[in-house]
Amino acid sequence: MTMNVSMTVNGKAVAAEVEPRTLLVQYLREHLGLTGTHVGCDTSQCGACVVHVDGASVKACTMLAAQAEGATVVTIEGLANGDALHPMQEAFRDNHGLQCGFCTPGMVMSAVDIATRHPNPSEQTVREQLEGNICRCTGYHNIVKAVQAGAKAMGG
Amino acid sequence: MTDTGIGARVLRKEDRRFLTGGGRYVDDINRPNQTHAVLVRSPHAHATINGINAKAAESAPGVIAVFAGADTAADGLGGLPCGWLINSKDGSPMAEPAHPVLAQGKVRHVGDPVAVVIAETRGQARDAAELVEVDYTELPSVVDTATAANPDQPQVHDEAANNTCYDWEFGDKAGADAGLANAHHVTKLDLVNQRLVPNAIEPRAAIGDYDSGEDRYTLYTTTQNPHVIRLLMCTAVLNLPETKVRVVAPDVGGGFGSKIYHYAEEALVTWASRKVGRPVKWTADRTEAFLSDAQGRDHVTHVELGLDKDGKFTALKISTVANLGAYLSTFGSAIPTYFYAPILAGVYTTPAIYCEVLGVFTHSVAVDAYRGAGRPEACYLLERVVDAAARETGLDPAEIRRRNFIPESAQPYQTPIALVYDGGNYQKNMEDCLAAADAAGFEARKAESAARGMLRGFGLCCYIEFCGAAPSAVAGALGARAGLYEAATVRVNPSGSISVMTGTHGHGQSHETTFAQLVSEQLGVDIGAVEIVHGDTDKIAFGMGTYGSRSLPVGGTAIVKSLDKVIDKGKKIAGHILEASADDIEFKDGQFAVSGTDKALAFGEVAGAAYVPHNYPLEELEPGLEETTYFDPPNFTFPAGCYICEVEIDKDTGVTRIDRFTAVDDFGVLVNPNIVEGQVHGGLVQGIGQALYEGCQYDAESGQLITGSYMDYCMPKASDVPSFAISTNETKSPTNPLGVRGCGEAGAIGAPPAVINAVVDALKDHGVTHIDMPATPEKVWRAIHGGATAMAAE
Repeated sequence: MTMNVSMTVNGKAVAAEVEPRTLLVQYLREHLGLTGTHVGCDTSQCGACVVHVDGASVKACTMLAAQAEGATVVTIEGLANGDALHPMQEAFRDNHGLQCGFCTPGMVMSAVDIATRHPNPSEQTVREQLEGNICRCTGYHNIVKAVQAGAKAMGG
Repeated sequence: MTDTGIGARVLRKEDRRFLTGGGRYVDDINRPNQTHAVLVRSPHAHATINGINAKAAESAPGVIAVFAGADTAADGLGGLPCGWLINSKDGSPMAEPAHPVLAQGKVRHVGDPVAVVIAETRGQARDAAELVEVDYTELPSVVDTATAANPDQPQVHDEAANNTCYDWEFGDKAGADAGLANAHHVTKLDLVNQRLVPNAIEPRAAIGDYDSGEDRYTLYTTTQNPHVIRLLMCTAVLNLPETKVRVVAPDVGGGFGSKIYHYAEEALVTWASRKVGRPVKWTADRTEAFLSDAQGRDHVTHVELGLDKDGKFTALKISTVANLGAYLSTFGSAIPTYFYAPILAGVYTTPAIYCEVLGVFTHSVAVDAYRGAGRPEACYLLERVVDAAARETGLDPAEIRRRNFIPESAQPYQTPIALVYDGGNYQKNMEDCLAAADAAGFEARKAESAARGMLRGFGLCCYIEFCGAAPSAVAGALGARAGLYEAATVRVNPSGSISVMTGTHGHGQSHETTFAQLVSEQLGVDIGAVEIVHGDTDKIAFGMGTYGSRSLPVGGTAIVKSLDKVIDKGKKIAGHILEASADDIEFKDGQFAVSGTDKALAFGEVAGAAYVPHNYPLEELEPGLEETTYFDPPNFTFPAGCYICEVEIDKDTGVTRIDRFTAVDDFGVLVNPNIVEGQVHGGLVQGIGQALYEGCQYDAESGQLITGSYMDYCMPKASDVPSFAISTNETKSPTNPLGVRGCGEAGAIGAPPAVINAVVDALKDHGVTHIDMPATPEKVWRAIHGGATAMAAE
C-alpha cells in the first residue's frame, strides 16, 4: 500500500507515492536525494536530522512524511542563497564549529531556529537550547561560539 | 610567500560541503539496482544455535536471499583477524579463538550476527529479518571483568581456559617489589576504568558492489583505514588478491577508533554482492551500533605507588584485568598491553615499574581502541594514585608532582619501561596551567561556594602519551602483525596544481586543510591550489590509516618528504633550463632561482617543463613531477601537558558541575591552531563524558546490554560541559622534520583524572578518598551521605 504526499521542499513543490510508514527523513534522503539531512540515532536524540517544517525546527526522523503533507520544508540544502552561505553557515565555518560534519546539518538548522527565537543568546541559553543535538567531535565549545556569532550576524 | 602555510589559522577547505549538505557519507551513496541488507542478531549473550528456519523470511515480500553461518562456511569465508599477537608470562601465545562473520553454532554476545537478510528495500529486509526463526538454547553468561577468569564462570571459548586470552607482564617485577618493600610509604588504590561506547554520530555503513564484467568488487565503508580493510578482508576473510577489491572510504562521520577495525558487515556485503549479483547496502541503526561497534576501556586495576620520605616515587606496581569482549577485535589484544603499560612512567622519574595484565573474554561486544586507547587507562590510574599519595603524605598535589617530574635537562629521557621520551618541559606545563587556572585564587572561590552551601574541588592531571604509531621494527618485535609506516604521493600536475595522495583518512581531523598547509608552506602556493586525496585504495598507493594521532607525525612527514623530492627534482629541471648547476638553484617563495642572480623560473613553469620536456635533461631525468614516500618513524612522539579542573558539587543532589577547565598542552609545532584547539575541545569532552556521564553496562545475570541507546547511555550535551581555557607550549619533536607531536587524543587522556581528582578533592571533607567513574549524581550523593556503607547496603 502506498499513499501520495506532496509538500514544498526548499522552495520547490514535490510529490511522491510512498509507503505510509515512510519517515520525513527517509522521504528527503531516499526520494528527493537530499542527503544532507542525516540519521544518527533511532530514539530522536542526536538531532542530525533537524529540518525546518513551516518555520519550526523538527526532527525529521520523528515525523512521517505523511504528516508533512502540504507543509513547507527547508533542509540544509536550502539554507544558502546560491553561492552565498547563510550567516549561520558562515559562523560555523568562521568558528571551526564542525569537524566530521555529520551532526552539522542538524546543528545548523537548530541554530538558525535558536537564533530566530533568541536573537542575542547568552552562552548558557545556547547550551540549553542545543539539548536536542549531539556532537561527538567538537566538545561544543566552538559550536556555542558559532551560534552566538551566527545569531548576531542574522541581525540579533 | 604564502599566508596559508604552517601556523596559519586558515579556515577549513572541507567546510563548505559539510555546511551545505554536500558531504558524501556511505549512507548517502546509492548504487544502481542496489539491494539492502539487515542483520539478524543474537538476542542472547550466550546460546547454542540448534537450527535456523528462514523459510518465512525467504518468501516475504521483496526478499532476495537469506544467508546464515552455514552459507559463509560453505563458501570458505575466513574469520575476522586480530592484528597483534600477545604472549603470556610463560611465553605461550594468546588464545585466539575464531571470529566468524556469521555465528557458527554458537552466539557469544547480544548482537552477535547470525544471519543476513537481503531485500529490495531496507524496510522489507527489516520486516523479513523478524521472520527468521533461530532455535537457541540459552547458556549461562559472564560479563563481569573482575571475575571473568574465575574457574566457575561460564566459558566463552573452549580454547580459552578460564576465559583467559593472555596473562601478560611488562617491566621489572623484582625492582618494583623491592622499591615498594623499601618505601617510606605505599599508596594503594583499586579503581575501575569503565567500558565506554565510542559513539561516532555517523553509524557504520557498508555497500558491496561486485562488477561481473571486471570480476572486481568495490566496498564503500565507514573506515578510518581503507587499505587496512582491503588487506584484512582479502587475505583473512574472502581469500582474494588485492587487485580484485577496491575499498572506498568517502566522508566518514567520526571514528574515535571505532572505525579502525575490520567488521563482519564489510565482508558480508562484499561477499553477498556477488552471491545476489547486485550491490548490497547495509547501514547500522544506533541500536546496532551499540551492539556491534567495538567498545573501549573496561579495566579493573589495583595499583601501588611507593614513596620515600621526601615524597619521591620509588616504585609503581599495577595489576589489571582487561575485558576484551567475546572476540578479539583487530587491535583488541594490543590496547591493554603495549598501548597501556609502556606509558606508565608518566612524566615522573619512578625508577622501577611493573605491570601485569590479565586479558579476559566475556559475553560482551569486543573491546578495542577508543580515543586514547590504553593511554587514558594508564594516565587515569597514575594521576589518581599520585593525588592519593599527595593526600596521604600531606603534600600539595602540585608539590608532589614537582618532586618527581622528569627534568627537561634529562631529555631525551629513557624510561625504565622501554620508551624514550622526545623532549618537553613537564613542570613548565604544570606551572603555566596553575597560573592560567588561577590556582592561587582557589581557596577564595571555595569559600564563596561554601557560603552558598556548595562543595568546590580542584583537580590536577599531568599527562603524557605516545603518538605517531609506529616504528615498525619496534611494533613487530612486540607482536604487531603489520608495519605502521605511512605513504604519500605528491603529484604536481602539468599546470602546477598539486594533488596529494595520502594513506591516512580524515573523518573530522581536517586533513584536507592541514595537509594542504604543508604543501603551501613548502612550495609557496596557496592551499587553494592543493587537493588532498584520501579514502580510495584505487587512487592511493598504500597506507595504514588514521588512528593514534599518527596522521600528521607519520602521514604528514611522508608528504613533506615527497615535497622535498619534488623540490630536488625541480632544481635539476630549473638548472638545466637556466643553464646553471642544480646545486646553485635555490627554491624560495615559489620560485627556482639561480643563487645571486635574477634568473628564476616560477614553480608552474618547472611543472610545465616536466610534462612538456622539450628543453629538458632527458638523458638524466625522467619527465613528470610526482614523488612517493613511505615514512617509517624512528620513534613515537610524546605530547604532554597539564589539565586543571575545578568542580562545584551540590551536596543535596550530588550533581557535579565543571566550573572551569584549563589546559596547557605541548603538541610541538602547530600547523593550524584552530584545528588543534578543536581537537583538544573534543577530546576534553569525551574525557569529561567518561568522568561524569558515560558508562556501558551489561546486566550481570542475562548479559543484556542495558545502555543500548541514547536514552540509556549518557552522551555529554552542550549544557553538560563548560567552555575551555586552553593554551600550548611548543617543544619541537625531533622524531619528525615537522617537529609535530599529534593532538587528537590528549583531551580524552588527561581529562578523566583531572575531573575525578577535583571531585574527590571536593568530597574530601566528607571522608571520601575515591569514587569510580562516571561520578554520577547518585554516586556522589551516596558518597557524601554515608559513602561506602550506603553503597554496600544496596
